Amino acid sequence: MAEMNDHGGHTVMRYPVGVALAGGALLGIFFMARGANTAMVLHGFLFLAFCVGGIFLLIRQAYAAPTDAAGTTYNDAVTRVGVIISMFWGVVGFLAGLVIALQLAFPELNFDLPWTNFGRLRPLHTSAVIFAFGGNVLITTSFHVVQRTCRARLAGEIAPWFVLWGYNLFIVIAATGYLLGVTQSKEYAEPEWYADVWLTLVWVVYLLVFLATLWRRREPHIYVANWFYLAFIVTVAMLHIINNLAVPVSWTGTKSYTLFAGVQDALIQWWYGHNAVGFFLTAGFLGIMYYFVPKQAQRPVYSYRLSIIHFWSLIFLYIWAGPHHLHYTALPQWAQTLGMTFSIMLWMPSWGGMINGLMTLSGAWDKLRTDPVLRMLVVSVAFYGMSTFEGPVMSIRAVNSLSHYTDWTIGHVHSGALGWVAFVSFGALYALTPILWRRQRLYSLQLVSVHFWIASIGIVLYITAMWVSGILQGLMWRAYDSLGFLEYSFVETVAAMHPFYVIRAAGGALFVVGALVMAYNLWRTVRGDLRSEALPAAQPSPAVAPAE
Amino acid sequence: MASGKEVDQFSGTETTGHEWDGIKELNTPLPRWWLWTWYACIIWAVGYWVLMPAWPLVSSYTKGVLGHSQRAAVAESIAQARQAQSGYVQRILDASLDEIESDSTLLEFALAGGRSAFAVNCSQCHGLGASGSPGYPNLNDDDWVWGGKLGEIDQSIRFGIRSDHDEARVGDMPAFLRDGILEQVQVEDVAAYVLSLSGTVEDAEAVARGAEVFAEQCVACHQEDGVGSRELGAPNLVDGIWLYGSDKATVSRTIADGRAGVMPAWVDRLDAATIKQLAIYVHTLGGGE
Repeated sequence: MAEMNDHGGHTVMRYPVGVALAGGALLGIFFMARGANTAMVLHGFLFLAFCVGGIFLLIRQAYAAPTDAAGTTYNDAVTRVGVIISMFWGVVGFLAGLVIALQLAFPELNFDLPWTNFGRLRPLHTSAVIFAFGGNVLITTSFHVVQRTCRARLAGEIAPWFVLWGYNLFIVIAATGYLLGVTQSKEYAEPEWYADVWLTLVWVVYLLVFLATLWRRREPHIYVANWFYLAFIVTVAMLHIINNLAVPVSWTGTKSYTLFAGVQDALIQWWYGHNAVGFFLTAGFLGIMYYFVPKQAQRPVYSYRLSIIHFWSLIFLYIWAGPHHLHYTALPQWAQTLGMTFSIMLWMPSWGGMINGLMTLSGAWDKLRTDPVLRMLVVSVAFYGMSTFEGPVMSIRAVNSLSHYTDWTIGHVHSGALGWVAFVSFGALYALTPILWRRQRLYSLQLVSVHFWIASIGIVLYITAMWVSGILQGLMWRAYDSLGFLEYSFVETVAAMHPFYVIRAAGGALFVVGALVMAYNLWRTVRGDLRSEALPAAQPSPAVAPAE
Repeated sequence: MASGKEVDQFSGTETTGHEWDGIKELNTPLPRWWLWTWYACIIWAVGYWVLMPAWPLVSSYTKGVLGHSQRAAVAESIAQARQAQSGYVQRILDASLDEIESDSTLLEFALAGGRSAFAVNCSQCHGLGASGSPGYPNLNDDDWVWGGKLGEIDQSIRFGIRSDHDEARVGDMPAFLRDGILEQVQVEDVAAYVLSLSGTVEDAEAVARGAEVFAEQCVACHQEDGVGSRELGAPNLVDGIWLYGSDKATVSRTIADGRAGVMPAWVDRLDAATIKQLAIYVHTLGGGE
């Protein structure tokens, strides 16, 4: 790393950024004074606080002794903060999920208050787990991975911090907005126009930081994990901007109207929604997988050729699959056909990632007994494989006619979200924490094991309950008696769901407990504590020797 | 970084020769089963495009060899369902309510259809078992506010009660306290008297005073003995069955503020055969007359 010396330009950026933050502070005051409703006033205040805090940090950075004047070290400060934020949002998001799961089982828990109502807490849960937890994990790990695999310090001294804190300002604006009833009613794109504009700015800076770091790399080739991260950043920018095109009612109010109408709006929304799954929750997390699985297994990636083919086929095919969310609707049938057939063709490209993840362990499977972090990563890849098989199956119109609008969809999403996204994130955070804080190892590997088992049982309870409940629900909806009359009323199907909703909430509770165990373990690791426990002796991985 | 390729000792496969932060890559060929499964998926997709509506054109789309249309399919399956029931439905429409009830085949069909329509349209207020809830009558007993004969039930369903339909059944329970007709004490006396009619023990003096007020204000509709009047929709007060509740506070509130529960008119929402089936279903629940 001795040759790193090209990041000194950040002192130049300090002044324009400071001026921009001062302007932002004034804008925040303007919204506080002129905001058309409580939410806008609150969000003006949050923006003001963000800008003032940013100015404070800039000044502190200017007067602090330069820790890395020559740029010879990695920027691990920003990723350390990212790890803490990720863990915080994880616990918050899982808790919100548990609350709404309990609300579905016991509706009295809505408390008849607008801000504790399921309708407002549900987007709070989905945004907290996908964008707050998942998004922060993606930003944090991408910053770590791109530095290590490019052998280059993260570009910019201000920009990475702006990305991290700016993204989290977006999260807080979105979350508080939901509770106050601010939503544009697009699933997974609920935040209103001003939050969307802010996220666009943050995201462009994120892209620039990532590209600039790739640009200054000291490796001849770009590692596969970075392809996936880059695909995730670029595509999410496109999806976010197009799906959120809207006309605000006023510049000081929260409400806006989308540019699209009717079935076009639905198609754009699910083009966005499905590719939020494809590029946020799949491509981005495959980037995590491609770095942390070989790293933790200490084995070479199984197949470079497979990684190329499945990368390009995945990103080409995924973008077409959205219409399968709109089977049997006003969407023209030809569009449904394309959505379905592209989803089927997507099956193997998705599995390319699973094969590369699992087969990387060949020669090192015994490590699953000794390394619970690797176990978490490998199980996440297995869940990835399961979900990416279930998805194409559910996209088939005949299957979808039973599964659509039922809890089966919820089960499918959570096998992907809990099993794949959360587990691979847990594995990455467990692997990152000792590295970033320069610790010998995690505080306790036994606690990782405890977390693994508690969370795994929680996932199994959750998914199986939703499978049974979803299929039961679908069959009840379509049941006719021998004379051709509907067998069940809607409320009967709701009543039939109750036991499964209780089981689901129990599974969710286990998942939350697991995350709390993890938070404790990471906290003790950060503090530098080592729990004295017998560590199983690991077999060395088979070596790679020069070709003869 | 070593540029030379290496060999993995476990699998015997060559690496690509690159290394990133200690991570190397094997140059393993694509798994055959993976590749052939993918090809099969692509061939299946192309076949599906040939058979079904698939690709957009300038002002149309490729219709597919099979000529399948989801809208035509829905229309056809609805037509089939209608066709399957049409014999019964026509007979239901032609027959009178009494005739339907005395024909076991028609009755079976009407009960099945009535049960289904009740679950979808009526259970929200009357409950799935038609046992009602405060303000919404229990339809299993023989205590009918507006009459329990087939024709009377049919009329209630078709035009509703205090609905916006011109032929709705309308009864008026005045708000005796709110409109200044009675004093609070008188309201409570009347409540005591009304409760005593069905055997509840109340303060004798209050009952006596309440009886006098009742005779002046209430008998026009509820009759001198309190048995009510179905023509006016005035409930029977002596049978111990209460629409809003049997506690004194609820009865007092009924007298003080009046009651005006609403049942919608279904004549413009449901077809004639379904309404007939509903009338028969409700009639057979237990209290039909």
